[in-house]
Amino acid sequence: MYYVQMEHIYKHFGGFCASNDVCFGVEQGKLAALLGPSGSGKTTILRMLAGLDTPNSGDIFIDGTRVNDIDACDRGVGFVFQNYALFRYMTVFDNIAFGLRVQKRPRAEIRERVEELLRLIGLEGLGRRYPNQLSGGQRQRVAFARALAPRPHLLLLDEPFAAIDAKLRKELRSWLREMILRVGVTSIFVTHDQEEAIEVADQIIVTNHGRIERSGTALELYRDPQTRFVAQFLGQSEALDDVRVLRGYEQYSGQALLRPENVRVSGGPDGAPEAASQPATVMRCDFRGGIYELTLALDGTPVTLTTARSGGLPPLEPGAHVGVRVRELFLCQGDRVVPVQAAG
Amino acid sequence: MKPKQKTEPAAVLPPEDNTHIGKVIAPPPKPTGALKIVFITVSVLFVVLMLVLPLVSVLAGALREGLAFYFEALTARYTRSALRVTLIAAVCAVAVNTVFGLMAAWLLTRFDFRGKHLLGTLIDIPFSISPVIAGLAFLMTFGRLGWAKPALDWLSGLLGTRVALVFSVPGVVLATIFVTFPFVSRELIPVLNTRGRDEEEAAALMGAKGFTIFRRITLPHIRWALVYGVILCTARALGEFGAVYALSKTRGKTFTLPLEIDALYLSGSADGITQAFAVSSLLVLMALVVLIVKNIAEYCGRKRDGR
Repeated sequence: MYYVQMEHIYKHFGGFCASNDVCFGVEQGKLAALLGPSGSGKTTILRMLAGLDTPNSGDIFIDGTRVNDIDACDRGVGFVFQNYALFRYMTVFDNIAFGLRVQKRPRAEIRERVEELLRLIGLEGLGRRYPNQLSGGQRQRVAFARALAPRPHLLLLDEPFAAIDAKLRKELRSWLREMILRVGVTSIFVTHDQEEAIEVADQIIVTNHGRIERSGTALELYRDPQTRFVAQFLGQSEALDDVRVLRGYEQYSGQALLRPENVRVSGGPDGAPEAASQPATVMRCDFRGGIYELTLALDGTPVTLTTARSGGLPPLEPGAHVGVRVRELFLCQGDRVVPVQAAG
Repeated sequence: MKPKQKTEPAAVLPPEDNTHIGKVIAPPPKPTGALKIVFITVSVLFVVLMLVLPLVSVLAGALREGLAFYFEALTARYTRSALRVTLIAAVCAVAVNTVFGLMAAWLLTRFDFRGKHLLGTLIDIPFSISPVIAGLAFLMTFGRLGWAKPALDWLSGLLGTRVALVFSVPGVVLATIFVTFPFVSRELIPVLNTRGRDEEEAAALMGAKGFTIFRRITLPHIRWALVYGVILCTARALGEFGAVYALSKTRGKTFTLPLEIDALYLSGSADGITQAFAVSSLLVLMALVVLIVKNIAEYCGRKRDGR
């Protein structure tokens, strides 16, 4: 039984269909990511879970209870907004205390809980500051603490790292994951950054055009994406018009997607090409810091492939002859993809 | 083939607080040298000629017959009555329009419904329509030949007193409310729009109900815009002439200060004209007070928002 579940959710804004038969579930205590491009309906899903938007049809269950008709203020869901939405006329302390004061908890208990949360987020002593006196990262922490203060049983985060500069973002990711695991609250966050989803989430739910494309762990989605969209959205991939130009795939036909990391290059200055490889010529070899981005032309075809080469090796000169072997690729059948391995 | 672009570029977000709003983002090119001097001269000359000199001449005219005459004019029975009616009308208009303005602004910025834009436009009618027409409209509605007259008669019968809107103080109040209708809501709507509803939603998700959200979250945001709107509303209510003129015909009973000034001036006698100037100076004084309060409110609002 899932802790949070959406069943056949439809949501329209005017003529725009933001959710089209959305079904997914998240288990208790898990940290799930809603991953998809902008406009794919991920924030709408989050807002419907929180009760800020109402679905046109379908059911939302939290902890086994249908919550469609429960108001946002009674759902007991914590929400961290994309721009944090801290109350700018209140101090950090008052921001965090807000939810508890609304519940009319005793003063001593509020004080204790807020102090505890300030310690948890590492901002002790900053309780009397106003939000505009904090840095972006500190604001995010306050928003997080504020959402947690009333002890929600579900925490929702809308693009929690979008408003933070790239350097700090990485640091906050692991911080957030650690915090959520420590508190143990079931959490769902929205992101359009696959790297973020892979690094932070236990479960990834991929959205596209208002539908759920696929749900599973990062590794499951990477190994067996099932749909073309997921194969292209998660990890890198390159489309190939006719799979038959590759050695080992002559028995198949049609389009294929291949990941650069599955393209093996041998030969050239490194020695003899592998036995089952096919000849190719180096077009470009660009240093990218740590790796080279290698562009190869398959001999006798107009096809080019890209792959990475360890930055520790000497660069390959354009025009060098090498051997190429693709270990595995995804064969496209309409919108579906199936993983196949090279014959032999 | 190039690798496909997979992720969309991250949305570039504005900084969390909207402190940039209201700031001049790119300063216009500074007028230099001669041009600057010409601009300043023209502006100052225009302001002095069109605004300052006429007002000074009002004050000078008011004091032409000496201070004793001036205070006599201010304390005359008609003047006192006019001041009373003006203040009643202003207070009522401000009270009604503050409540209405808050409601309308909240409705227009926080809810989506059919006809929302139409309603927004309708609220602005008093801005674009001549006040005299507003007065005449009330006259045609509630006057002796107006279609709403039977309803008023019925109400009179019910209450046992004569209920009249036209040519009475309630009519003056109504006309004043009409012309000052949009001031508060028009001040609040842009503020509410730029602030967005995130903070209100955040409060709702923490269990806060409607009124708590308004009092704790929304009101601190709009406080100074509200004060500013009320001040503009007051200024307009004090000075209203056209709409009131159509509905108020009894000097000493339903005349407001602007009407009293008009009556004194039209009396034609030299004394009457001086008295008109004296009463005018009263309105100018009130306007100055409003202007000062307005500037204080603007200053506080800016400071508070940290702009």
